[in-house]
Amino acid sequence: MKEADDKFDLPQGTLDLLIMRVVALGPIHGYAIAQRIQQMSREALQVQQGSLYPALHRLEYKKLLTAAWRSSETGREAKYYELTAKGRVHLKAETENWKRLTNVVGLILKGTLEGMS
Amino acid sequence: MSWIGRLFFRKRMEAELDKELRFHFEAQVADKVRSGIPEREARRHARLEFGGIEQIKEDCRESRGTLWVESLLRDLRFSVRRLLRTPGFTIISVAVMALCIGAATSLFTIARSVLLRPLPFRDPGHLVMVYEHRRGAAADPDSTYTWVAAADYYDWRSRTHGFEDMAMLTYGGFNLAGERGELPEQVQAIAASWNWFRLVGVQPALGRTFTESEDHRGSTVVMLTWSLFQRRFGGDAKIVGRQIHLNGTPLTVVGVLPSWFTYPNAGIQLWVPYQAFSTPELLAHHDWHQSQVIARLRPDVSLASALEPVRAAQYQLHLRYPNDPVSDDVIPRSLNEDLAGNVKKPLDLMLCAVGCMLLIGCLNVSNLLVARGMARQKEVAIRSALGAQRATLIREQLTESVLICAAGGLAGIFLSMLATRSLAHAWKGLPTAQGIYIDGDVIAFACAVVFTAALMAGLLPAVSATRKRMINALQISARTGGGSVSRTVLRKWLLTAEIGITVVLLVAAGLLLKSFLRLRSADVGCVTQNTLTLNYGLPGKKYDTPEKVNAFNETLLERVRALPGVRAVALGNTVPGAGYWGDCVFTVKEHPPLMPGENMPDALIRWADPGYFTALGIPLVSGRFFTSNDRVAGSYKVIVSRQLAHQYLPGENPIGRTLHVPAHFQPAMPSEVDYEIVGVVGDTLYQVGKGPKPTMYFPMLEGDQNGEMLAVRTASDPLQTSIPVQKQIASLDPELPVSNVLTMDQMIGKSLVDANLTASLVLAFAILSLLLAAVGLYGVLSYLTAQRTTELGIRMALGAQRGWVLRLMLADGLRPALFGLGLGLVGSVAATRIFQSMLFGSKPLDLTVLSAVIATLLAVAILACLAPAWRASRLDPMQALRTE
Repeated sequence: MKEADDKFDLPQGTLDLLIMRVVALGPIHGYAIAQRIQQMSREALQVQQGSLYPALHRLEYKKLLTAAWRSSETGREAKYYELTAKGRVHLKAETENWKRLTNVVGLILKGTLEGMS
Repeated sequence: MSWIGRLFFRKRMEAELDKELRFHFEAQVADKVRSGIPEREARRHARLEFGGIEQIKEDCRESRGTLWVESLLRDLRFSVRRLLRTPGFTIISVAVMALCIGAATSLFTIARSVLLRPLPFRDPGHLVMVYEHRRGAAADPDSTYTWVAAADYYDWRSRTHGFEDMAMLTYGGFNLAGERGELPEQVQAIAASWNWFRLVGVQPALGRTFTESEDHRGSTVVMLTWSLFQRRFGGDAKIVGRQIHLNGTPLTVVGVLPSWFTYPNAGIQLWVPYQAFSTPELLAHHDWHQSQVIARLRPDVSLASALEPVRAAQYQLHLRYPNDPVSDDVIPRSLNEDLAGNVKKPLDLMLCAVGCMLLIGCLNVSNLLVARGMARQKEVAIRSALGAQRATLIREQLTESVLICAAGGLAGIFLSMLATRSLAHAWKGLPTAQGIYIDGDVIAFACAVVFTAALMAGLLPAVSATRKRMINALQISARTGGGSVSRTVLRKWLLTAEIGITVVLLVAAGLLLKSFLRLRSADVGCVTQNTLTLNYGLPGKKYDTPEKVNAFNETLLERVRALPGVRAVALGNTVPGAGYWGDCVFTVKEHPPLMPGENMPDALIRWADPGYFTALGIPLVSGRFFTSNDRVAGSYKVIVSRQLAHQYLPGENPIGRTLHVPAHFQPAMPSEVDYEIVGVVGDTLYQVGKGPKPTMYFPMLEGDQNGEMLAVRTASDPLQTSIPVQKQIASLDPELPVSNVLTMDQMIGKSLVDANLTASLVLAFAILSLLLAAVGLYGVLSYLTAQRTTELGIRMALGAQRGWVLRLMLADGLRPALFGLGLGLVGSVAATRIFQSMLFGSKPLDLTVLSAVIATLLAVAILACLAPAWRASRLDPMQALRTE
């Protein structure tokens, strides 16, 4: 487990984007999503169940994800999420948005401030 | 899954949620076991990392967006269960609300239909009535709106262009002959200018309306209303184009009006062109105020600027005829107000009364809820200690009052559906042109009332029940018994308000009732017992000379006098108490001419046969009655009332004076006539509830053709002579219809029906409010007694006498009653000023009424308090101390 000061809060709405990105790789259940985000972020992000599941359900109700029960690798039934056509469009648009935003923010923050190194 | 789906498949969703989270947990444990941690330890770790599973579940539920509905449903279920546990309380409060909301809905239905709903005409917002108006006239509606003279209307229409168009109508009556052997009947009719229907935009159901070329004297076209068409002609469409006979004249039916069209009232049976039955003289007179004018505004012109040229035209007319009562101004009036007329004031009053009753109903339910709140004090305290938010607790309590009010409202709307029709039916003065029915707006109003009532009834108890610091509430043990003083004070305040409003209602009802009783026993100035009255009208075509009219009348009088049981017979155009009929201006010839600007003397006009005054018991003050000789053309005689003599001939001997009268209302007479006063008679009332007016009586034997009213005084039940009298009329002229066959008491009573209705309804509201207040009083005192059981037990164990306890409890209960009584009396002084004009012969500060109200209220209050106070004084001290 990472130390507390290595973790940081995700900006509002970013979790939804990350979840959709992970789900876009193929049908996947909640636990695996959390694991995958942790791995892909090189352990920098640890998604709490308390925010993961409400977000998953919200995306499902918005019809950006669909869910189906299938047996998992361990043989137990798990709820697998999949991106819908609408979700795919949404993800693409949001990803573009995010890139633009980080670019812009990056441009502004590029210079070094006096007294900072 | 859609939002609705999420709401309905809650169970399945809960199971899936649980399964999903459990899978996550198990997967986490499995991972840890795989990395070498022993299973028990792994589970502990996982559980720690997972955090509160219920919290996660709650967040997930929240993401469904259905949580508020679920908690609402939970509140509802909870409240329903709680209400069902106390069926007595529930039934009483639902019944109270049902009565209050039902009454409010019914009255609102009537008020909306009569005062607010536009008439079913084309673009009714642009229609307006235009009346003549005398500057400086009294502010009451009777004097403000003067009916329009036909000649004025023709001038307005031809000379001003502010309105798109103007049309006029006047009332009349005809004898309708039986076409296929039916009995002849008198029908009420409207004579309207040809453009009237075009202006208001009414299309006939069959045929057509009038054309301009048909609006002339002697025109032979007529339109039927739907009711006459159905009743008399069996709804046979072939009637259009056929002839019917009015006053012996054949007229061709050109159209039938639609069934919804009942303007200006449902009593109108047919319509004729305005000029068809008029005379050129009447059409040319600027002071024969007999018509109502309706005008349509141009879309781009304001009412004020459209009216301005009409006002100017009328003022010019006034200047041109300085010696005639020609008005100097005009005044507009909305169609609704025009029709509502005399109904508006009582309706407003009843709306106020029902509003008060509704308020009392709310206060009562509120009071009962406060009592329940006290019983649940501990529950509320414990729940808020466990973290329930105050808003949640208030919402829960409000749900209860919403439920009560909604159930009451539902029952109330149902009640009102049953009651509105019969109420509208019993209320004779209501205009019928708009139709009175419950529609969407009324339902919306009822819903608004329900929710306002729910808020009013629920908010106060809810806020007060949750206000207590929880620690205090938890500390209150039943034994101390004194912890809820503040809530008891609140209840007493509610009760005081309730009693105050009740007193206002009682005073209003008492005053109205008293004034109704006064009206009923009012002396109209003549004999009314054992008197039969009936109307007939001799048609001018058949009875075209005064001689023919007199021959008929005199023969009839002779024959009726000879009937067994008949004491005396009077023949005139009307009798006292039967209505205004008509008035006329005059000048006293011996007096100097009037100053410019001075109002001309004005008097009611009546016609009387020689036996009229004796038969009706109107006393002779001086001079003589008419004789059978007062018929010679050229020697015109008049009898005046005492008031006319006092008002216009003060200090003179009226006998022999000459009244100069513009007599154009008599078709056969010259237009200006000098009448010599031959007698002075006692004053009579033209309508019960109105003051006496100066009156002129002309001899019937002049050959009057304004319609006859026969009054027959009998020895016993007058109705028994009605058939013999009608047979005599039929034997003289079988085609002559007779109408309004009534005893004089019935006729006068008819005009009091509405006063009776207003008084009875307000009284009913007041009695209901009194009952509610009594229930409230009883409830509060019973509760207080129960609260103080221990205390009273101790007092009695220490030697307090039963009588003393009784007095103590009575005083406790009566204090709010007395306080409310005082407040109510002050309030009613203010309130009764508002409807002073509806009171006849009783002042707003009527001692009998006030003392009756005080006595009733005190008696009811004592009765309501006696039972609980008695129970308190009968307490067995030992029992009382053991109650804990």
